[in-house]
Amino acid sequence: MTQPPLITPDVLIIGGGPAGLTAAAELAGRGAGHVLVADREQDAGGIPRHSDHTGYGLRDLRRVMTGPAYARHLVRRATEAGADIRTRTMVTGWADEHTAEVTSPEGRYHVRARATVLATGARERPRTARRVPGDRPHGVYTTGQLQNLVHLHHQPVGKRAVIVGGELVSWSAAVTLREAGCTPALMVSQYPKAESYGAFTLAGRTVLGVPVATRTRVTRVIGKGRCQAVEIEHLDTGLRRRVACDTVVFTGDWIPDHELARSAGITLDEGTLGPLTDTALRTSRPGVFAAGNLLHPVDTADVAALDGRHVAGRVLAHLDGADRPAPGVRLIADAPFRWVAPQILRPSDPAPARGRLLLWTDEFARFPKVTIRQDGRTVARRTLSWPAAPGRVFRIPSTLLAGVSPTGGPVHIGLG
Amino acid sequence: MTATPHRPHDGVFDVAVIGGGIVGAAIARELSGHDVSVALLEARDDVGDGTSKANTAILHTGFDAKPGTLESRLVARGYHLLSAYAEETGIPVEHTGAVLVAWNDEELAALPALKEKAEANGYAHCRIVGADEVYGVLPHLGEGALGGLTVPDESIICTWTTNLALATDAQRRGTTVLLRHAVTGVDTGDGVGADTADGYGGGGDGVTTLHTSAGDVRARWVVNAAGLGADHLDRLFGHDRFTVTPRRGELFVFDKLTRPLVDKIVLPVPTSRGKGVLISPTIYGNVMLGPTAEDLTDRTDTGTSEDGFDFLLTKGERLMPRLLAEEVTASYAGLRAAIDHPDYLIEADPAQRYLLVGGIRSTGLTAGIAIAEHVRTLLEEAGLKLRPRGDVPEPPRMPNIGEAAPRPYEDAELIARDPAYGTVVCFCERVTEGEIRDACHAPLPARTPEGLRRRTRAMNGRCQGFYCGAAVAALSARHHPDDGCGSRPAPCGRPAQHKDNR
Repeated sequence: MTQPPLITPDVLIIGGGPAGLTAAAELAGRGAGHVLVADREQDAGGIPRHSDHTGYGLRDLRRVMTGPAYARHLVRRATEAGADIRTRTMVTGWADEHTAEVTSPEGRYHVRARATVLATGARERPRTARRVPGDRPHGVYTTGQLQNLVHLHHQPVGKRAVIVGGELVSWSAAVTLREAGCTPALMVSQYPKAESYGAFTLAGRTVLGVPVATRTRVTRVIGKGRCQAVEIEHLDTGLRRRVACDTVVFTGDWIPDHELARSAGITLDEGTLGPLTDTALRTSRPGVFAAGNLLHPVDTADVAALDGRHVAGRVLAHLDGADRPAPGVRLIADAPFRWVAPQILRPSDPAPARGRLLLWTDEFARFPKVTIRQDGRTVARRTLSWPAAPGRVFRIPSTLLAGVSPTGGPVHIGLG
Repeated sequence: MTATPHRPHDGVFDVAVIGGGIVGAAIARELSGHDVSVALLEARDDVGDGTSKANTAILHTGFDAKPGTLESRLVARGYHLLSAYAEETGIPVEHTGAVLVAWNDEELAALPALKEKAEANGYAHCRIVGADEVYGVLPHLGEGALGGLTVPDESIICTWTTNLALATDAQRRGTTVLLRHAVTGVDTGDGVGADTADGYGGGGDGVTTLHTSAGDVRARWVVNAAGLGADHLDRLFGHDRFTVTPRRGELFVFDKLTRPLVDKIVLPVPTSRGKGVLISPTIYGNVMLGPTAEDLTDRTDTGTSEDGFDFLLTKGERLMPRLLAEEVTASYAGLRAAIDHPDYLIEADPAQRYLLVGGIRSTGLTAGIAIAEHVRTLLEEAGLKLRPRGDVPEPPRMPNIGEAAPRPYEDAELIARDPAYGTVVCFCERVTEGEIRDACHAPLPARTPEGLRRRTRAMNGRCQGFYCGAAVAALSARHHPDDGCGSRPAPCGRPAQHKDNR
């Protein structure tokens, strides 16, 4: 086989969702040169394309719009800034450390950029990855597939659904089901209270009228051909019962789409399963950066977008040859925190995006007392006025790290 | 469908083969290489949708068969026949080799006898190796392996493509493939099952009528390759010689990112305490753990179970803890047609012009083409006149859905010729629009999402449709096969005779 054609943009951004498009708009607008966005979907925009409800754009655009409108806005802004957005363009692997292999209808080619930004996002774990046994009927979806079907392809779903999970996205699934004429009959959550924002949960109970079974898991999917029911179990009593439904939506339980990062040999964080990054969003490979929900599965789209804006500065410094990262210290999430992002603090680096560290908790704390420790010393302790709740990102101000010694040992972040 | 010279004018096929699994498809292909008209009847809406779709997909050397059995002979021959056929047709095969790993003294002590057994089966390349060598080739194996037996020629193969290649080949050779034709009753020419009993030639014509869910099909000879339903069908012919017990095997398929952990098939050593589970690379670049073995009564229960999952996870934890730290991409359950007979049960009944192929366990994937040869011989001995044709068409060239050879998304020249191969629709499995289009317009087209999965791998990947499910569905709807067999859920209601006259 002959060597595929090579193109050499200044920046390659892999993934055209909120993070990738915002980074592209910023970089192209600030003179980064040829900024190429490779998006494998038919249209760029990422998950908001098929999240047809409002609430997008709050933190990054200071206005609120629907997901599809937000996606179109981000595409337009990046295009107007001069970014080269190529859809149906999939990076399938790496020819070498800095050369991506690409498949598109225009052909198979290689891209060697001076800087690369991974913005591949996250996906929900499907039923199989959650190891839920039973039959394999039709009518079992993730939220992503459901919203794709309903909003992009206008396909019917069933009449009566069980929603598995109680994260923010689970309520988004409930809204979509309603719009498609399918009744969300029950939401099943393993946690003692439904996750996600309190206000939204309230809205869900009263406005959407979805009953929530807490401390409950799905133990079996039942139905030949079409789904007929799920069997659920109460975690404390062990009691099981069947809930009739022709549709099951497995929501949340996000995992970063990290395949390209892993196949590139980039170090992953064991907690997030996304690339290990510092507050400037550098990965372990010089010249390769990462942004968005690939790094913190998952925060809202606007937070992912602001990662994209944040990473642009460091990419520009790299293009100028002025990026010389100093040695840093590791940030470690202690239980009940599952992970923290980013994970490396370097003395010369900017504060993280929005001045926040992002964490994921397995336990609910109404008034979380966050403690920062290093080498046996308490660096900071502060009680925050917002709760730490499972099923949603818990954000803490990075100013809590002000007293960290850049030459000390790992920094532990915990509660109490 | 176009008419072929092998479609009978009187509506009576020379041979009806019942069962569109690997064995039935191989038999139909073999017979239609001769001057006879052949119908292949399949109860479901696709070939290869039963036992053949969910096995461990290993191309066996036959090293561990029971020496002297028909199974031993046919698996050994089938290995060579299928290897050659795979080369011809493009069925994906990877010659990974296997290692039986001994975890205790009993298993270690069993290895020499297994090596001798392999030799008795005509396979001379097994070698007993120490723990160091086991860990040399399988560095991620769990702790505590004491030694092993290597089987360098055990291989992995795409069972789906094998079935499709054989059935497509049979069709090219003139076999009439009748999907959604579940046999519900039988009238044999000699009166059994019919309301007359006037001896040979019941209706006077020596023709057996198969009553099916889609109308009657008439044939002079009938081959029963009905797998899980073979005993029921056998009883319709008046026999009572065996019972099929559906044996459920559950398995996990792990994320492609695990493939570097396992480069060989890791087999258990069979002992008095039964067979363990295996770990195997898959032809699609994943790693598989399984199967369980559980006898059921329900022949349709292909669901997975909590007990099965627990069993696999416990076994897997011992075999390769690293594997269990990774994501599960899919879980399956397949039903093997276990019978109360220690060997393949292949018998002709010349008086009824009927032949049974029963008890074909998971080795049937490997043995299929050899079984077909054997069946052809038995039929000839029973009186079926078979004259080889001089005009047998070339076997089909199948689309490659394996990882060992380049796939369309990697083929620059192909994409340049047809950009549909440059549009990746299923990202996880890198399935392109061109492949989905082709599968919908193939000689045996994909009619269901499952059929599309088996032809292209679409939606089989780690996201299970999160990204692509809706797009794949839309695309296959656009290319919906129009082959006269109707669309789901409307059944194919045309009697066979009508199809014959089209």
